[in-house]
Amino acid sequence: MRNPYRTQKIAFSLLFLATLLIVVPVGLIVIVIIFKGFPAINWQFLSDIPRQGMRSGGIFPAIIGTLYLVAGAIIFALPIGLLAAIYLSEYSKENVLNRIIRLAIINLSGVPSVVYGLFGLALFVVFFKFGASILAGSLTLGIMILPVIITTSREALESVPDSFREVSLSLGVSKWQTIRHIVLPNAIPGILTGTILGLGRAAGETAPILFTVAAFYLPRLPKSIFDQAMALPYHLYVISTQVPNVDEKIRYGTALVLLALVLFMNLVAIIIRYQFRRRKKW
Amino acid sequence: MVKIFTIKDLNIWFGSAHALKDVSMDIYVNEILSIIGPSNSGKTTFLRMLNRLNDLNHNCKMEGNVKFEEEDIKNIEVELLRKRVGMVFALPLALPLSIFDNVAYGVRMHGKVKKQSLKDIVEKSLQEAYLWDEVKDRLNESAFKLSGGQQQRLCIARTLAVEPEVILFDEPCSGLDPISTAKVEEAMVILKQNYTIVLVTNNVKQAARVGDRTAFFLNGELIELNKTENIFTAPKDKRTDGYISGKFG
Ligand SMILES: Nc1ncnc2c1ncn2[C@@H]1O[C@H](COP(=O)(O)OP(=O)(O)OP(=O)(O)O)[C@@H](O)[C@H]1O
Ligand SMILES: [Mg+2]
Repeated sequence: MRNPYRTQKIAFSLLFLATLLIVVPVGLIVIVIIFKGFPAINWQFLSDIPRQGMRSGGIFPAIIGTLYLVAGAIIFALPIGLLAAIYLSEYSKENVLNRIIRLAIINLSGVPSVVYGLFGLALFVVFFKFGASILAGSLTLGIMILPVIITTSREALESVPDSFREVSLSLGVSKWQTIRHIVLPNAIPGILTGTILGLGRAAGETAPILFTVAAFYLPRLPKSIFDQAMALPYHLYVISTQVPNVDEKIRYGTALVLLALVLFMNLVAIIIRYQFRRRKKW
Repeated sequence: MVKIFTIKDLNIWFGSAHALKDVSMDIYVNEILSIIGPSNSGKTTFLRMLNRLNDLNHNCKMEGNVKFEEEDIKNIEVELLRKRVGMVFALPLALPLSIFDNVAYGVRMHGKVKKQSLKDIVEKSLQEAYLWDEVKDRLNESAFKLSGGQQQRLCIARTLAVEPEVILFDEPCSGLDPISTAKVEEAMVILKQNYTIVLVTNNVKQAARVGDRTAFFLNGELIELNKTENIFTAPKDKRTDGYISGKFG
């Protein structure tokens, strides 16, 4: 005898279990980092340069370095990614070449980040002679997050109903004006989602900055975009594996700051997105 | 009577589907031309051809000669053509903007207008579309708060605001109740004084009520085109007779 009510209960329990399976480890990681890292957090830790071979002092240069890198990556990747997404969604015709381009972009987001690191080293550091610098690192991170930004922006643009475009065009409004005044404003929440994902990834990756910008130990702030910089993920890697006898507190404190930074950026973007969603009226 | 559209040997394909076959007709200034016919007869395709909205479909191929005021529509800049030949769609398609901004949208996009004259244009258009009294106190609310019938009249006002010469209506009352339908029809009859109207309708009675002339399409062919009273009292073609008396379609 099959009891549909019982089947539903079992299915529900399974789904709930799967959700739990994801939420619990993530929650645990966050809790562990908070508990072990929080004691290290104080004003000096956030505002001082590293001292005594990174065994004490603060992580200020790494925070600033990461902020610079993330900002640089977004400044580079958002405009280009958005323009590419507009081209792909609004202008490109449906043909083999464009399908290959779309597929390639989707696949690019699966390329391991260390490959982007090598690419950045070859192109920006060596070929363009930027040296290991914030510029080279930002561009490398920017290229790494381009596929995410293009793909999500394109999906956001394509999810704007075609009927809006038709109405606008039928009034004799030009295609570019239609995109600018109807399509783009309604796609902004989706575009922001892509940007959030990109931001988080750019802030957290170590491999792409390893060869292109990251300084092992640079107890001062970068002076220009051609300067090297410390960055949180690389600093975390260094104090966890390369420097002996670093207090566990400091390592988890650094991880906590990185985590908080990413969460904070996400929060800002989510708030902006929420504001737009509330204004969205269809 | 002055011709505004001259259509000769028009053929349209979507891929391999032949949607319009050898259609030839004239459309006159300040008339209401009704187009009737069963589903899939090519009515919408014909309408969208007139302001080149079919161009948006890359599968669509058009042959023949269509002149708008003596000029081949292919040679008219498409934005200009669409500005002069406006369109109201079957479903009320309000843009995600306020009531005011919906009506003002086209005018704003077409260039600089003073704030006061923009207000005047919006008011005049809403009045022509028989909507002003219902919305004059809530112009800044979202257009989606209006009822379906009100939204459809908003779409008419939006089209009127850019001051077209021809207005194409594609089954503008298909989703509306009888009272809203009566209001839209009333608006159309008044608009006729200043505009040329092409009205596609699934409602044979509506064609009889408002049309000066009526065209009957079937499977992409223009079967008959005549004064409305002639079509409805003495149709020349058996198929027209069958359709308007409800025997098929
Ligand atoms: N975008 C399109 N892509 C492919 N075929 C199309 C497209 N638009 C119309 N057609 C085809 O053209 C023919 C005519 O369609 P059309 O929409 O003009 O009919 P209609 O008379 O407006 O019908 P209805 O009364 O249902 O609106 C149909 O066979 C349809 O399949
Ligand atoms: Mg139709």
